[in-house]
Amino acid sequence: MKQKLVVIGNGMAGMRTVEELLKLAPDLYDITVFGAEPHGNYNRILLSPVLAGEKTLDEIMLNDERWYDENGVTLHKGVEIIEIDRVNRQVKTANGIQAPYDRLLLALGSDPVILPVPGSDLSGVVAFRNIHDVEAMLEVAASRGANRSKAVIIGGGLLGLEAAQGLLKQGMDVSVIHLMDTLMELQLDDVAGAMLRRSLKERGIKFHMSAQTESILGAKSKKKRVTGVKLKDGSKIPADMVVMAVGIQPRKALAQKAGIHCERGIVVSDTMQTFDPTVYAVGECVQHRGRTYGLAAPLFEQAKVCANQLAQLGHGAYKGSVVSTRLKVTGIDLFSAGDFSDGEGCESMIFKDASRGVYKKIVLKNDRIQGAVFLGDAVDAPWCFQLMRDQVDVSANRNSLLFGRATLGNAGLGVENAVLAMSEQTEICGCNGVSKGDVIDAIMKKKLFTLDDVRAHTKASSSCGSCTGLVQQILAFTLGGDYSEAPAKKPLCKCTDFSHDELRKSITDNNLKTIPGVMSYMEWGTPDGCAMCRQALNYYLLCAWPEEYVDDGQSRFINERAHANIQQDGTYSVVPRTWGGLTNPQELKAVADCAERLGVPVKITGGQRLAIPFVKKEDLPEVWAELGKAGLISGYAYGKAVRSVKTCVGKGLCRFGTQDSLGFGIEMEKIFWGAWTPHKFKMGVSGCPRNCAESTIKDFGVIGVESGWELHVGGTCGVRVRVTDLLCKVASNEEVTEYAAAFLQLYREEGHYMERSSAWIERIGLSYVKGRIVEDAEGRKALSARFMRSQRFVQKDPWAERAGAVGDVKEYSPLKMEA
Amino acid sequence: MSAWIEIGKIEDIPLRGARVLKTGNGDIAVFRSVDNRIFALQDQCPHRGGPLSQGLVHDWRVTCPLHGFVIELASGAAVEPDEGCAERYQVRIKGGVISLFLEAGLEKKARREKVTA
Repeated sequence: MKQKLVVIGNGMAGMRTVEELLKLAPDLYDITVFGAEPHGNYNRILLSPVLAGEKTLDEIMLNDERWYDENGVTLHKGVEIIEIDRVNRQVKTANGIQAPYDRLLLALGSDPVILPVPGSDLSGVVAFRNIHDVEAMLEVAASRGANRSKAVIIGGGLLGLEAAQGLLKQGMDVSVIHLMDTLMELQLDDVAGAMLRRSLKERGIKFHMSAQTESILGAKSKKKRVTGVKLKDGSKIPADMVVMAVGIQPRKALAQKAGIHCERGIVVSDTMQTFDPTVYAVGECVQHRGRTYGLAAPLFEQAKVCANQLAQLGHGAYKGSVVSTRLKVTGIDLFSAGDFSDGEGCESMIFKDASRGVYKKIVLKNDRIQGAVFLGDAVDAPWCFQLMRDQVDVSANRNSLLFGRATLGNAGLGVENAVLAMSEQTEICGCNGVSKGDVIDAIMKKKLFTLDDVRAHTKASSSCGSCTGLVQQILAFTLGGDYSEAPAKKPLCKCTDFSHDELRKSITDNNLKTIPGVMSYMEWGTPDGCAMCRQALNYYLLCAWPEEYVDDGQSRFINERAHANIQQDGTYSVVPRTWGGLTNPQELKAVADCAERLGVPVKITGGQRLAIPFVKKEDLPEVWAELGKAGLISGYAYGKAVRSVKTCVGKGLCRFGTQDSLGFGIEMEKIFWGAWTPHKFKMGVSGCPRNCAESTIKDFGVIGVESGWELHVGGTCGVRVRVTDLLCKVASNEEVTEYAAAFLQLYREEGHYMERSSAWIERIGLSYVKGRIVEDAEGRKALSARFMRSQRFVQKDPWAERAGAVGDVKEYSPLKMEA
Repeated sequence: MSAWIEIGKIEDIPLRGARVLKTGNGDIAVFRSVDNRIFALQDQCPHRGGPLSQGLVHDWRVTCPLHGFVIELASGAAVEPDEGCAERYQVRIKGGVISLFLEAGLEKKARREKVTA
């Protein structure tokens, strides 16, 4: 017989847990849900738009009644549980139902704090927690004729301001009373708080700051309706409605009565279990490691862990959440995270442009981000938040931190960053042709919460990723107050819970040497992986065991499997290596003959090479054989590998040249070709600071100066433009080679699959790279030696191995019909 | 004329890979999964027509090389949340030899029009 799972609470935390559980173990439990509200589960984050009249209850439903039926979940709505009987493992409802359980999940949520002042029980005094509250507010707005009615909101925090905005949109006259002298003082410093207040004031909201409520005034009639609010200083504010938005408290009475240990909330361990191991708890009712949460993102993280435990998978632990806040009031983009007060040892970096309404503050401690406030322009907030969570050493890019990662602009987006100002038709994702309206539509209709959800459903930002920031902004605006940011630890893909770094460590620690070996040891969720993890694991194994690992061609993208670039029409382009961009008549003749025979043109590539396009797959081995006769080998233009080394002519020819960039570039390419890397890796060598080889936008760029060479790292020029960071200066060619090999090896060993060196450096910080490559001479030599060793096994031309009839070339030729 | 057509042996298809069969009605992708099952689909992703035969095969699925749509080999249907379906062909194995059931062009065209009408 199936075990019985009883869930108390039909809100977002409880249902998210049930959804996750059904994905993992659909047949493990008979699930019964008790909810006090007379609805299915709706999206509480979207109450503000309902209040503002922009959405209806139906539109924000997450799980309607059909969902419970379809998933075999029994729902008792509008039913209150009055007792948990832990001895007999059953719960009792107010109307006399007894439901036995094997496992119990508490998702009780929280209650609004109601100030204990005289008059707080008057009719017209409401909280802002559930749809019932919203309906009550809308009723007042409607009955009084919105234009004449007055609303007073007590509490100038996130919730209070969203309520104020919603009621303002209903046409009410809105005043906010706040105890402190700064709005959202837990999230904002004085300056940002004042700027926010000014812009809300301009919209028509009135503020009473540093004001304490003494009592709520009511009419003397029988109905006892609210008429106003009296402050400590004696002043009175007239009101037809008072909204209490001063805070929330975890709902714990039911658990407490059953003898489950509670402090501020129901105390849970990292496995989301209470002190009674058969009883789990998630959401706003819990206290974990001394903290309680009132936002959506932590609740989703808890739900995932709890579902994992309930499914008896035995792994997954909740370590607490780093939270951020976003206020979404039309025209105001506000983000806040972490500790932004100037405590001891902290330093603040501030950017302020009052007339544009932009304020950014980043607080550092020991060169690591402790907190951040962005007002008016928060497009770079997710990036900053990630740096904060990963505690990246930012000392090397302090000078540009406040200007975000996209200081030079991304390709395909123009200069448009303000998603608010865009029309619904504006194309957000240039790769996949997705408009702002498409994204909003998908979020609403398909009930999406995360960036990954949006990517899966719309493809927006799933190709080149340059519009990720915009998509995140749209998510934030559409979902209102808070939404689920990318979790700190990202699993490699949906087949596993482990991150890139955890998997790489396990591969070396546990001597895992094949893809099936990794999958079975790490308990993969799919029998044969997916396109993402198969490619990543193949690379990680290749990097970890260069001398032993047998490359699995079927776990490579088609370009790397076929050793040519697939094109739009299904044909391939062939790019031979042109060492340092220098060619000769014999090679040119071979390329020309080949193109002539196939009747195709020749394209000069961005990497100073020649490409033969429109080659049919079945013709590839023959083309390679022909090119091979002239000594041409594969250029790896198709691979996540070392590409070309771009050069200028250097001092042999150029009157400005200080170094022989051409000769050294060729030498570099001969040393470095063939190496597989997490993503493509481009190099450049310029003979003087005029930099004609464009070394400062390469993954590894070298620039000649009179005294030697400058080494630059982490540049890119494509989807994003990122200028390199200066690594250091060295005197000799030998040193350049050693530093380059060490840098490549560090990137190969620690970069995530599909992560360019530029993104990798931004993730881990330039200071770390300098520490490993420049400051640690012994470590550098060891890295370089490891790189050179692995080169011994890979510098074999894949074309020569497949040219003509040699090897298994079946894949290249079509099947024949034998009628 | 519709008929079962022999196209080769199981070993002719790379394991966890695919090959293309060219026909008068367009290309057909013939897949061999990790457990040696053979599947045949029209070599055209329902998304933007990418060649599924060039995709990465995992379990009974293939990921399109152009934009990453995941297609079920057994049904030709895109895996949720993606939508669409690639046409599926019947496969028969006898003594290690693969045959596909191919409909003649005109009959097939007529049937298609009937379906859409």
